[in-house]
Amino acid sequence: MKRLQRWWADCPPYILAFLLLATPVAAVQPDEMLADPVLEARAREISRDIRCPVCQGETIDDSNAPISRDLRIIIRERLVAGDTDEEAVDYIVARYGEGVLFKPRATGSNLILWLAGPALLLVGVGVAVASGRRRGMVPEAALSEAEEARLEEILKK
Amino acid sequence: MIVELGHFALILALMVALVQATLPLWGAQRGDARLMALAEPAALMQAVLVAASFGALTWAFVVSDFSLIVVVNNSHTLKPMLYKVAGVWGNHEGSLLLWVLILAVYGAAVALFGQGLPTRLKARVLAVQGLIGVAFLAFLLWTSNPFWRVDVPPMNGQDLNPLLQDPGLAFHPPFLYLGYVGLSMAFSFAVAALIEGRVDAAWGRWVRPWTLAAWIFLTIGIALGSWWAYYELGWGGFWFWDPVENASFMPWLLAAALLHSSIVVEKRESLKAWTILLAILAFGFSLIGTFIVRSGVITSVHAFANDPERGVFILMILGFFTGGALVLFAARAGVMEAKGVFAMVSRETALVANNILLTVAAFVVFVGTIWPLVAELALGRAVSVGEPFFNAAFTPFMVGLATILPVGAMLAWKRGALGRTLRGLLPALALALALGALAFAMQTGRSALGPVGLMLGAWVVLGALTDLWARTGREGIGARLARLSRLPRADWGRVLAHGGLGITIFAVAAMLSWKVEDIRVVQLGETYPLGRYEVRLDEVHEVEGPNYVSTMGRMTVMRNGAVVAVLSPEKRVYPVAAMPTTEAAIDYGFLRDIYLVLGDRQASGGWAVRSYIEPFANWLWGGAIIMALGGVLSLTDRRYRVAAGARRGAVGVPAE
Repeated sequence: MKRLQRWWADCPPYILAFLLLATPVAAVQPDEMLADPVLEARAREISRDIRCPVCQGETIDDSNAPISRDLRIIIRERLVAGDTDEEAVDYIVARYGEGVLFKPRATGSNLILWLAGPALLLVGVGVAVASGRRRGMVPEAALSEAEEARLEEILKK
Repeated sequence: MIVELGHFALILALMVALVQATLPLWGAQRGDARLMALAEPAALMQAVLVAASFGALTWAFVVSDFSLIVVVNNSHTLKPMLYKVAGVWGNHEGSLLLWVLILAVYGAAVALFGQGLPTRLKARVLAVQGLIGVAFLAFLLWTSNPFWRVDVPPMNGQDLNPLLQDPGLAFHPPFLYLGYVGLSMAFSFAVAALIEGRVDAAWGRWVRPWTLAAWIFLTIGIALGSWWAYYELGWGGFWFWDPVENASFMPWLLAAALLHSSIVVEKRESLKAWTILLAILAFGFSLIGTFIVRSGVITSVHAFANDPERGVFILMILGFFTGGALVLFAARAGVMEAKGVFAMVSRETALVANNILLTVAAFVVFVGTIWPLVAELALGRAVSVGEPFFNAAFTPFMVGLATILPVGAMLAWKRGALGRTLRGLLPALALALALGALAFAMQTGRSALGPVGLMLGAWVVLGALTDLWARTGREGIGARLARLSRLPRADWGRVLAHGGLGITIFAVAAMLSWKVEDIRVVQLGETYPLGRYEVRLDEVHEVEGPNYVSTMGRMTVMRNGAVVAVLSPEKRVYPVAAMPTTEAAIDYGFLRDIYLVLGDRQASGGWAVRSYIEPFANWLWGGAIIMALGGVLSLTDRRYRVAAGARRGAVGVPAE
């Protein structure tokens, strides 16, 4: 683990980029996969939510970077060791930071992210209802005073 | 020489755009007919000049003029002609020139086809359009000039990114830009209406076709991009919630909202202020999209800091137009009095709900896209937002939209009867529920996503068919069938677009939940099972392409021993760009695609192979095409074809 971090931390970016380009290993490799299909499915599920630390916007499940391969193997090792899904994710987050989570945890300032949509929905519905009320959504149901008087007149006859 | 002429034409276009943006506006304010009349020839002239400039750049790419920096960086003599031409917009400078060209062409289209527009409104619309032109031409000339030369031209170029050398992607940017920039028309009309201080049914009728056209182009552009990602990136994904994808999706959602709310303006003279606001927001999000894609700010804050000039310029354009229009809106929105009133249960209310859901959905995408940036800059917190977030936060609004859609589309204007509408939809509802239950019973141990998607998709499609049938009246079958063929194209358009959406919803859910995946090492000649099929790796050999070297496999797909397809997945290396790509081999089918990807040769012998069965993949693009087709039918409705002549007498009526 330590050796791995040092390996890419010391690596000049252009060499790193070259390595990424020059090794067309495509995502999950057959030799990484676990024999137990249930564990393997869980590992895939987890790795689809974790961002490759050196690429942009790619999950470690899709990424070709060597670091992603290492992370995929670590997740599988944790699962084999008996970790739950949450424990395996926590293990990765503890070492690489919460920035690797593609689904940010709804804690602290991230609540803004999660609640922005529902909040705007409430505002939208509120504004729509209020402006509907203000306009008087069904004014044709009510008659003006003059019309009331006229109606009364007609009914009296 | 041709390149210099192109450069000169671009500078001249900026001068013309300056005239177009100022004098007609001044003329409209003063009531000076001669100044207002300047708008038309200026718009035409600007389009001709930008087209000439674009032609010159295309010529430079076609003849591989390596004295131009953009050509050196994005082309190569060995590249096939299609990609030499596509290379014109396969880079920052050229794609912005295309942006400006489309902008100018839209302006010219108003000048040419807007004969029925009131002179004053037309002058103002063209002036606003010209002002956008000024901003982007200046941006192009000062920060992203495609006509810059190099001192010592190299012998050959550095090639276009191989991932982009693909027919699907060659036409993806032009369609997207036609959509993005098309929304500038709605914006120009909105700002002109705000200056004018009035909006009426005729205004709605003028804005809607432009919005509809922009939405059609965006639909096709997004579908093309998604299709490209599906077959080119090599793992069968079709949407990644990547910032650049989101940049095109937000305007699409808002354009969808706008084209629904402009119906209300057109038919009922209601929701005027909201429609204006939506028009401003839709184009604002197009600009945000341009900013996101062109500044690189989202992919990396540091990339932005290294080259802030372009990003800051676009941010200023964004701030000026969106901010300016919103200030104008705040000052004048009160003037837009609604004429039509409506009850709580009515088509209008349903369309308001549609608008709220689409806008909130766009907002969720927006917040999700910029949150990593905001969190890092303002809070110092490293956060990533990706597919799992959007699946959780975006999907509920789409589910809500699909649920109310069939009901809303059939409610009467002004005052609807919910009970009667629901009774008519009962067969569709029952069938959709039955289909969902059937799918749930047939699959074991999987998520409920597939069945729910099938149910929603079927509900929307069957609802659209019910809508169509209800439009034919209450007589005998014969009379109703006869009337079906005489329905206005707008009705067919609505039904097709809604049906296409239903199909797309179903396909997305099916692909996400019923995909079969297999990753393994396969020896030459070995056969392995894939779902109901067997696949055999026959051979692997080297093939030389025009500008790449390929490792090509031959694989036979069989079912019960009978050959279904022989496929050739490839791994390519483009030596000039030093970049490998995977070319998946796909057997397209009506109900499923078989998708094979060749990986690396293993040390132990054999090849890594990944195989997928993608259920209903073609329904996704099919649904998008049907949606776009619905838009085209709606666009060619009689009321738009005759509008140019017939509205002349009516447009002068003020809204108040």
